[in-house]
Amino acid sequence: MNPTPPQSAAVKEKSKFAAFWSMLLADKLALAAVIFLLIVITCAFIGPFFLEYDAGRQNLRGRNAPPFDLSRGWQFFLGGDQLGRPLLARIIVAAHNTMMVAGGSVVAAMAVGGTLGLIAGNSRGRAAQIIPRLADVIMSFPSLLLAVIVLYMLEPSVGNIIIVLAITRIPIYLRTTCAEILEVRERMFVQAAKVMGASEMRIIFRHMLPVIFPTLLTIATLDFAFVMLAESALSFLGIGIQPPEITWGLMVSQGRPYLTTAWWLSFWPGLAIVLTTLSLNLLSNWMRTALDPKQRWRLEIGDRKNG
Amino acid sequence: MKSFLTKRAYASLISLLFLVVAVFFLSRLTGDPTNLYLPVDASLEARENFRALHGLNDPLIVQFGRYLADLAMLDFGESIRRSRPALDVVLEAFEWTLILAAITMTVVTISAIVVGSLAAFRVGGLFDRTATFFSLIGASAPDFWIAIVAIVLFSVNLGWLPTSGTGTVWHWIMPIGVLFVRPFGLILQVVRGSMITALGSAYVKTARAKGVASRPIIFVHALRNAMLPVITVIGDQAAAILNGAVVVETIFGFPGVGKLMIDSILQRDFAVVLAAIMVTALAIFVMNLLIDLAYSVLDPRIRY
Amino acid sequence: MGDHLLEVQDLSVTFHTMRGPVHAVRNVSWHLDRGEVLAILGESGSGKSVSASAIMDLIDIPPGEISSGCILFEGRDLLTMSRDERRMFNGKRIAMIFQDPLSHLNPVYSVGWQIEETMVIHGTSRSEARAETVRLLRKVGIPDPEGAAKKYPHQFSGGQRQRLMIAMALALRPDVLIADEPTTALDVTVQAQILALLEELQTETGMGLLIITHDLGVVAEMAHRVVVMNGGQIVESGSAAQVYHTPQHPYTQKLIAAAPGQGDMSLGVAEQEPLLRLTDVKKNYGEFAALKGISFDLLAGETLAVVGESGSGKSTMAKVLLRLEEASGGKAEYEGRDLFALSPAELFEMRRDIQMVFQDPTQSLNPGMSVYDLISEAWVIHREILPKDKWKARVAELLEQVGLQAEHMHRYPHQFSGGQRQRIAIARALALEPRIIVCDEAVSALDVSIQAQVIELLDSLRQELGLSYIFIAHDLPVVRDFADRVIVMQGGEIVEQGSVRQIFEAPRMRYTQDLLAASLNPDPEVQAARRVKRLEMAQ
Repeated sequence: MNPTPPQSAAVKEKSKFAAFWSMLLADKLALAAVIFLLIVITCAFIGPFFLEYDAGRQNLRGRNAPPFDLSRGWQFFLGGDQLGRPLLARIIVAAHNTMMVAGGSVVAAMAVGGTLGLIAGNSRGRAAQIIPRLADVIMSFPSLLLAVIVLYMLEPSVGNIIIVLAITRIPIYLRTTCAEILEVRERMFVQAAKVMGASEMRIIFRHMLPVIFPTLLTIATLDFAFVMLAESALSFLGIGIQPPEITWGLMVSQGRPYLTTAWWLSFWPGLAIVLTTLSLNLLSNWMRTALDPKQRWRLEIGDRKNG
Repeated sequence: MKSFLTKRAYASLISLLFLVVAVFFLSRLTGDPTNLYLPVDASLEARENFRALHGLNDPLIVQFGRYLADLAMLDFGESIRRSRPALDVVLEAFEWTLILAAITMTVVTISAIVVGSLAAFRVGGLFDRTATFFSLIGASAPDFWIAIVAIVLFSVNLGWLPTSGTGTVWHWIMPIGVLFVRPFGLILQVVRGSMITALGSAYVKTARAKGVASRPIIFVHALRNAMLPVITVIGDQAAAILNGAVVVETIFGFPGVGKLMIDSILQRDFAVVLAAIMVTALAIFVMNLLIDLAYSVLDPRIRY
Repeated sequence: MGDHLLEVQDLSVTFHTMRGPVHAVRNVSWHLDRGEVLAILGESGSGKSVSASAIMDLIDIPPGEISSGCILFEGRDLLTMSRDERRMFNGKRIAMIFQDPLSHLNPVYSVGWQIEETMVIHGTSRSEARAETVRLLRKVGIPDPEGAAKKYPHQFSGGQRQRLMIAMALALRPDVLIADEPTTALDVTVQAQILALLEELQTETGMGLLIITHDLGVVAEMAHRVVVMNGGQIVESGSAAQVYHTPQHPYTQKLIAAAPGQGDMSLGVAEQEPLLRLTDVKKNYGEFAALKGISFDLLAGETLAVVGESGSGKSTMAKVLLRLEEASGGKAEYEGRDLFALSPAELFEMRRDIQMVFQDPTQSLNPGMSVYDLISEAWVIHREILPKDKWKARVAELLEQVGLQAEHMHRYPHQFSGGQRQRIAIARALALEPRIIVCDEAVSALDVSIQAQVIELLDSLRQELGLSYIFIAHDLPVVRDFADRVIVMQGGEIVEQGSVRQIFEAPRMRYTQDLLAASLNPDPEVQAARRVKRLEMAQ
């Protein structure tokens, strides 16, 4: 073991945030992804306040208006849809529902799955046997069918879609948490805490959760992209969100009859989906490296070369 | 092995049971069943006769028992839209899906493994960065969107490929091409990550010390070790296609089980839905066993 | 020049890392002749393995860079050759074996296939290679060679795996064998067997053998000449005996002085009522009995060493005693109470009195907590020990007590060296003011010179605070210097126990005698004498 030079060590620990920031700067793609995601999130939150009216206003003269034409105003920059509504404004407004569904499902699935995984990983009793089986059962359920069943019985509102998608994603978090806990609880520092007399709760929340949280966060980022795709597929098939609500997937579906004459109706919302999921994937990849002490050097070397 | 098999079977059986119950109540509780089977202008009397004949006046629990008994005999009933046994309809469609899945997964697996391994060999090189970037795009694109873009490009603008149907070899190209994209992106990333780990491992160092050349190091020493996580993802992706590549089949009018399932759901043809669930569940069960078999063939440390 | 079999001249290797270039080795020169055994001795980070990696073309370029020098094999410079030309040497003319054979053998191919491969890639036919493999396996002492060739690495024991590696390396009768820490993870008796095998094969084939090691004992047992490395440079070289007896460089002198097993042995503590008494303690895992009834006493202020090889049950004993695992039977009486029968509340109280220091401080310290958090956690858990406003002062005091500085409390574990981390772990144990500390291989992961310092610290703390230690170790020389009494364990049972003098000077049981005989002495002459004796015994 080399004695670490104390100076550089002190500087390095000055701010974790600064360290992450410099690692983010080192990976230009990840940086672009973060910026794009921030824009999307901003649109999702404040877009509807300003554009809800424009996005819903029909304008027969603007039907299937071609893109890149600024004469009708910036909202028609990406063209107009089959009812003459401005596509750009609609995409911004639809970001709200799309993000809500994906975000809601991921948070719900992570909360439920993570908690169940914690319980399964920490109990030595029957829960450790039964809970993972539950994950198997959900996994072997065709998720499309689950969606159909629930949506038949309930109604395809945003809330219900979130529930359906969340259920299908629970096993991912459950299994990851459970597996990680089983691994972490054998680690020496957990044993050391036990020898000191730390309570079970303290061991879980002070020692184990901080270790597995980065992994969960990385998975959640990736999963956010997956759920977005799933939601848009449901909407596309007509068993997801129903008009007049809009999501990107629904917009692609609505543009489909006009493919031959007005490709932009389906193209732009689809592109929004691609760019958002791509950004999430890039971010997740970056996180996997940045949050893993063993991989972090890759970014730090990159930093040196670029700077 | 035996206990492992039963464990697997239990999980599948429990979820199947859920589905069976769900489908039954869907068919009985959402609207009047006679609406399903009789023309809209059928008389009240005709409806009453129909009820009596099919025991629809019996208590729900009795009906459920009868339904289960039929299922146990593998009798899924008639498809009301097609007036044929539901199982026949499903098996016919399933054959198409099976072929589609087999071709797609073969192409995906081979190309993802080759490209991913080569990318991992020179991490950070031009080939690696290009492959990684395109795999990320592939993994990010919704299949319905790719399908639409492909149709606009290859059918509408260029006129090279037919938009739907199954008549010729040309009909297969777009569905396979579209289905290829996402699994390719996902599997490639797993191959790459797993291969980076394997190539950095101690046994690769030993192989280099023995004088083994680069190509056998990648494809003989590292790849087999790197395959375990890859196999898992391949299984997940294959299951997704077997479960019905609903979107792609719908868009390209491909007569597979996914399209059949969604059509039957929308038409409330529950016998077909049920048969489709059973057939695909069985197929996925078998495939998972094959995956487990592959594990134990690849890694001698794994024994069930 | 050029008349040596293998010669490294003026080699410098640099690794480009995030903190700038690291000079792994600088201007290193050494040579190896046919029939000779050369040892490169150094602690971790000394760069002792780097020249071997350069010889075998195992350095990744980038981030590595060979900035100067040449490597002459039979007068030809390997570094100017193409990759494919060099491959022709690897395995055929120069072979290498490594530490930790389990991870260095490919887990998914049979060992026979892996040994054959060496021969096949260098031109032997498959069938010929197959026959040769069986012969090789028999030669390195693997039972049932035909059957063994079809088995996989995980089906062998640690010592057998190293034999397999040796068989693989020697398949083509190379001119040079490089052995990188070949016995480090092995038990002493197995280590002795592997070293004997290497020596026998070397004499038989007349190859040049390069041993890279941190262990003076291995040097004493094997080497004709030795090269001592520190900080990427050669500080001293010469014949093994000469370097040991008349070291010139201060670093070598320090290293040899730090070698354990040379000081006076303890006379033990006065007879008294035991502080802790274990009676017939058992632990079963299903059918397997890990502890088959262990009984011993621990006196106040005493260091009781528990020695044994892997699988002897010594670590299980620690886990059971600390209630990390539940005992299957027996009693552990401490202050009149049975530790195994405590209620949760009583157990919680007992935790203060019996603490533990683990083997690897890198793993036993939570990487996400600062030193202050790590040490003060004791008082978060046991509120009654110290009011919160005094925590900071007490942490500072404890850090100074273990030889660190008060300002270290705001740093994180990864900012310390291995030895410093173990000091932090000790400070954490002391925070609860325990009476007994169980040290489970607490110094095994440390370099020799650091090891000596930590032992010294533990010893002074014992005298200062009146602590008792249960010191679990596999390294006999360390035990000899530190312990008052010794328990020897094998297969879940106590083979022999007694004062340190009795165990080391007059061991009664055969197993203890074997252990002591297998344990290596840093003095080459002592080892030479033992070897003669061994040969006599064998005949």
